Amino acid sequence: MTDTGLILKIEGISKSYGGVQALDHVNLEVNYGEVHALVGENGAGKSTLMKILGGIVNRDSGKILFKGEEVDFQKPMEAISAGIAIIHQELSMIPALNVIENIFMGRMPNTKGRIHWKEAEEETVRLLDMVGLAIDPHTLVSNLSISQRQLIEIAKALSKNASLIVMDEPNSSLSESETDRLFQVIQKLKNRNVAVIYVSHKIEEVLFIADRITVMRDAHYVGTINKSEATVAKIIQMMVGRELLVEYVPPQKKPGEVILEVRGLCGERFKDVSFCLHKGEIVGMAGLVGAGRSEVARTIFGDFKKIAGEIFFEGREVNFHSPAEAIRAGISMLQEDRKVLSLFFDLPIIENMSLANLPKMTRRGFINFPLIIEKAKGFVKDLDIKLASIDNPAKSLSGGNQQKVILARWLETNPKLLILDEPTHGVDVGAKSEIYQLIRNLSERGVSILLISSELPEIIAMSDRVVVMHEGKVTGTLPHEDCTEDNIMAHATGLQEQMIIGCA
Amino acid sequence: MANQTAKAQSFKDKPKKSFFASILKTREIGVFLFLIVLCIAMSFLSEYFLKPQNLFNVLRGMSTTAIMAIGVTMIIITGGIDLSIGSVMAASGMLTARLITVHGFYPWLAFAIGIGLGVVLGAINGLVVTRLRVNPFITTLGMMSVARGLTYLLASGIQGTVASNIPLKDPGVGFLGGGYIGPVPFPLIEMIFFVILFTYFLNHTVLGRQIYAVGSNESAAHLSGVNDRKVKLFVYTLTGAFVAFGGIMNAGLLSTAMTNTGTGSEMDVIAAVVLGGTSLSGGEGTIIGAVIGAAIMAVIRNAFVLLKLPQSAQTIVIGVVIVMAVALDQLRKRNK
Repeated sequence: MTDTGLILKIEGISKSYGGVQALDHVNLEVNYGEVHALVGENGAGKSTLMKILGGIVNRDSGKILFKGEEVDFQKPMEAISAGIAIIHQELSMIPALNVIENIFMGRMPNTKGRIHWKEAEEETVRLLDMVGLAIDPHTLVSNLSISQRQLIEIAKALSKNASLIVMDEPNSSLSESETDRLFQVIQKLKNRNVAVIYVSHKIEEVLFIADRITVMRDAHYVGTINKSEATVAKIIQMMVGRELLVEYVPPQKKPGEVILEVRGLCGERFKDVSFCLHKGEIVGMAGLVGAGRSEVARTIFGDFKKIAGEIFFEGREVNFHSPAEAIRAGISMLQEDRKVLSLFFDLPIIENMSLANLPKMTRRGFINFPLIIEKAKGFVKDLDIKLASIDNPAKSLSGGNQQKVILARWLETNPKLLILDEPTHGVDVGAKSEIYQLIRNLSERGVSILLISSELPEIIAMSDRVVVMHEGKVTGTLPHEDCTEDNIMAHATGLQEQMIIGCA
Repeated sequence: MANQTAKAQSFKDKPKKSFFASILKTREIGVFLFLIVLCIAMSFLSEYFLKPQNLFNVLRGMSTTAIMAIGVTMIIITGGIDLSIGSVMAASGMLTARLITVHGFYPWLAFAIGIGLGVVLGAINGLVVTRLRVNPFITTLGMMSVARGLTYLLASGIQGTVASNIPLKDPGVGFLGGGYIGPVPFPLIEMIFFVILFTYFLNHTVLGRQIYAVGSNESAAHLSGVNDRKVKLFVYTLTGAFVAFGGIMNAGLLSTAMTNTGTGSEMDVIAAVVLGGTSLSGGEGTIIGAVIGAAIMAVIRNAFVLLKLPQSAQTIVIGVVIVMAVALDQLRKRNK
């Protein structure tokens, strides 16, 4: 006997933080055994809504009915025991403990404090099997990949008999094959009549996995549509209230002389990498997660040591020992992991913007504050960064605006070569198109761009040429004409390989 | 035209505002209010408290701690810690006293060599932390022992082979640690000078801002072109210099370099820094906060003397105040 009909009904939920309305009469209805996608730009209120559902944040007004009963969770524990599990973007696992301990965190089967390891292990094996993970339950979580950790979070939710699982941006750090695996598990959950709320930015994937899609915009509920009537264009239109198209624009000028040439570069996770980049050219770097793209870029940037090979920048061989040296030479790099590698959370926005170029903005040895403020205000205007004050800490900004602040940091250094590692990662659609426009403007001004991205449409629409990597090796350098999703994927998975001779 | 004026105006105001904002952030205001309340209470409890002579005594007493806290604040902002300051202080004072009293060096030269020893020991801390990547806690714990041993070594061989205190009767060094200009203790003037100088340094130089960046997110700082090793080496070395200065001041004040000088002063200094709102996890903190922290502890010490309270309870109260201050700060953060 399986339940049917509504498992969750959210009605007219409102919430404001200070003067800011985070949610304004939002509705959401989810059925048993349904995969329901929740989409919207950053700051649309998705996360706040899920936090209210999970008892992490209190609502101002509105009603939540779960399994037909009105609920008002004051603590996360109450939501969990009711059968709601939330898998957060930042996974809440303890890396130093093993899989069993993480799954049974705080509720290890025991008698008077003595743990029944055998029982816990058997149950863990059963749960791992359910999510399709074939690993030793004694493996430490620190040794697992992000996707494996995610599946363990799902196993943990299942072990608590969750009937509604919320996945907040589950695939933001997964490769395509890992995403496929996640989808298989979601399908299994659905067969077990578990409802899944899937919060995401990636519209193509939402269309693939979801039965229904609810769109939010600026703290409001926009609407819910069935899969059958949904298209990418329609969802984007609901999200941003306007049509958005990214199309390739051929460069206005012919690419100039070679600015960067890499010959036979070897590092710890890649080998024999060769490619080149012309002045004003946008070269994409495609490949699956773990192909070694970031490692190559960070080696050029002086952060990682090269083992062999040569790097030529502006015709001279260079061997940077630190990012500081690369920056002085005219290379800047936007890092992939914003939180860990880029942002100074508690420092003011203005310092986040000016830090890289600070040594050049002094007067008689002291920081030239008027100059820094003038530049920062210029970038706030040019990049349309939404903020209350440049003296506020960077953590007060949304993801897209944080990314723009870091972009401003690198633009201030006036680079000749700008390396962008996943520049639109975790950035809303509106900010995305602004970043694309910015990249184009830079290339027109003669700045060379190396664009690392896992989103194929982005790579194809932006790049004049694409370097594809597979397991630490370059498998192809494709001119724009040859850049189709299929062709890039064939190279990225190692199905096709092309000999690369010299500087294409 | 009007727009331009407004723009120019805001540029003129801005640095001023951010400068004051950075030296008097809310947490410093809270600690400062606590100090004021403490002083008001004391003025009712003891008629001597507000007498200029007593106030100057309190201020002189806190000066050495505050001067050493300038360096330690910077170390803690980078996310580090220095436990060796008490011992380095003793070693530097002992070396200076020995050079003057036993070997007849010029006082200024002995002073310079004493500071030099602090610089070298601080730099060793910095190098071990940045090059050998040893945790600062362990590094400076080791240095705490090494520098104390060095102090005994420098103190032995004067009267037999046993380590003993060395007298230091130089008027110049004495003035440095215990002199007065009119009614104002000279150490207070030294403290004010260094506090202003280094607050300006932290806020208005590239290196100063990089200290905050390294403490806020070391990887991000490195990837933004900050030479994080240089920054850390600098703060440990600078602290060595300040601590040596404090040690020589102390020897001058007491006219003796003692082998047990500075025992426990690492706790006093770290407590002053933390009391003043500097976070042990790095990235935030101010020198002015540490000065207020040192003042609170000095007033509490003074209260025990003036009110004839048992000395044994003094350290207990100071311990409780420090923990309460940090606990309150945590509460404030959580409520925000």
